[in-house]
Amino acid sequence: MPDKRMTEAEVVAELRDGMTIGIAGWGSRRKPMSIVREILRSDLRDLTVVAYGGPEIGLLCASGQLRKSVYGFVSLDSIPLEPHFRNARQQGTIEATELDEGMLQWGLRAAAMRVDFLPCRAGLGSAVADNNPEFATVRSPYGDDEYLAMPALRLDVALLHANRADARGNAQYLGPDWYFDDLFAMAADRTFVSCERIVEPGDFLAEGPESTIRINRMYTEGVVEAPWGAHFTHCIPDYPRDEQVQREYADSAKSPEAWAAFRAKYIDIPEADYRRMIGAGR
Amino acid sequence: MSADATLSEICAVACAEAWRGSGEVLASPIGTIPTIGARLAALTFEPDLVYGDGDAVALAAPLPIGAPADAPKVVESWLPFGKMFDIVWSGKRHVMMGATQIDRFGNQNIACIGPWDRPKAQLLGVRGAPGNTVNHPTSYWVPAHGPRVFVATVDCVSGVGYDRAAAAGPTASRYHHVHHVVSNKGVFDFETPDHSMRIRSLHPGVTVAEVQELTGFPLVVPAEVPTTRSPTAEELRLIREVLDPAGARTAEVPDP
Repeated sequence: MPDKRMTEAEVVAELRDGMTIGIAGWGSRRKPMSIVREILRSDLRDLTVVAYGGPEIGLLCASGQLRKSVYGFVSLDSIPLEPHFRNARQQGTIEATELDEGMLQWGLRAAAMRVDFLPCRAGLGSAVADNNPEFATVRSPYGDDEYLAMPALRLDVALLHANRADARGNAQYLGPDWYFDDLFAMAADRTFVSCERIVEPGDFLAEGPESTIRINRMYTEGVVEAPWGAHFTHCIPDYPRDEQVQREYADSAKSPEAWAAFRAKYIDIPEADYRRMIGAGR
Repeated sequence: MSADATLSEICAVACAEAWRGSGEVLASPIGTIPTIGARLAALTFEPDLVYGDGDAVALAAPLPIGAPADAPKVVESWLPFGKMFDIVWSGKRHVMMGATQIDRFGNQNIACIGPWDRPKAQLLGVRGAPGNTVNHPTSYWVPAHGPRVFVATVDCVSGVGYDRAAAAGPTASRYHHVHHVVSNKGVFDFETPDHSMRIRSLHPGVTVAEVQELTGFPLVVPAEVPTTRSPTAEELRLIREVLDPAGARTAEVPDP
């Protein structure tokens, strides 16, 4: 029986400069933040991140480790515009591929299916087509339609945060939406999942019905037990978003000094200290 | 008719009217007054309309605006984002989005101001606007009508307008329909030969000259400009007592 348990540091040790990393979750919701914080503590650079973007994109902009982001949006939900991401875009310090939200899941699905592209209507006529001149269209072999050919978004690595997982790498989602975590896992060469709590395989059904055990271990290579690992994003039903820390994070985009202070307080410390500071278990 | 309706209430009813005739499709309102409007339509003249909690479920009974996350819900089905994209692409939806900019053919921008490569102001990104507009009916809500919103040319086409959909070909234009634009001044549509924006109605007290002054392109003006209808007594009761008892609507459109 495989035992895939790892630490955040062991996951980050598997990453390389220049990799394309998919980060699951949605906006400021159930992001694998403890692994993201470990990336911020590392000297990894030139990363490309594919995401329904939230603070992980802004944090990697602020730390200077992001070369390119591929996204349908970048938002903190309760704070609609992500301030660090805005700074990076407005100062021209990152490359960007901006997609329609539906096109992003379609590109992940193409990668998961191991096909080069999937046809769609979304994107036609919009700035997405103008700003990504490499996106081709494809003529229907059955009629006169000409669709946008959404290229596969193949990922070197996907990072996920689940509510529960077992040591073998099956992962369970207890909130009302698992977003596209399953597609991220299947679109990646290697997938690492963090979770609030590791449970015995037999205990999943005490947590939720079969349909909540969304990720099969075939698609995961490592499991990190990371209580409060999505903080300050939400991880419903385990905890809501920490709006106060998110506000501090957003305010840290106002100056390099403010970012340095946020970084010293929340990032350049051991994860155990982070958990103590945010009052884990309150 | 009720004489004492406020502007935000007239706007809520104007938003509701965008869904008249939609039938059994998902109403996806973005913003407070569109959300009141969608639920109001479902409770009155468009009873088959499907509406959600703004998160992951469809509701069989409306929640008031601002209800806490743990408020009890009458859930009738499950609408996570994966399902939402399936619904968008199947066409059974009518969305009302916001617009940082909108032009005379209904091209909308929520992505950025200035050149895309290095914007002066990065906003949300295009979000679902490109896919929404070529797959199902789309309306827009603009709480503060002005020439910086109603512009000659948008900086980044997020939602596709009539001219761009036509230029992109029949695959883009087949299901394209920009329905209404509702603002704090009036209701606008594209029911003209070239699909350029037309005044559909103006809210009580608003003049053609005033709204043209606030619009960065020439509006098509019908021979007779109707006045946007006022809420009925029952609509006012639903808005004030059921859908928005806390008065959140005035944060989008202040009472005079």
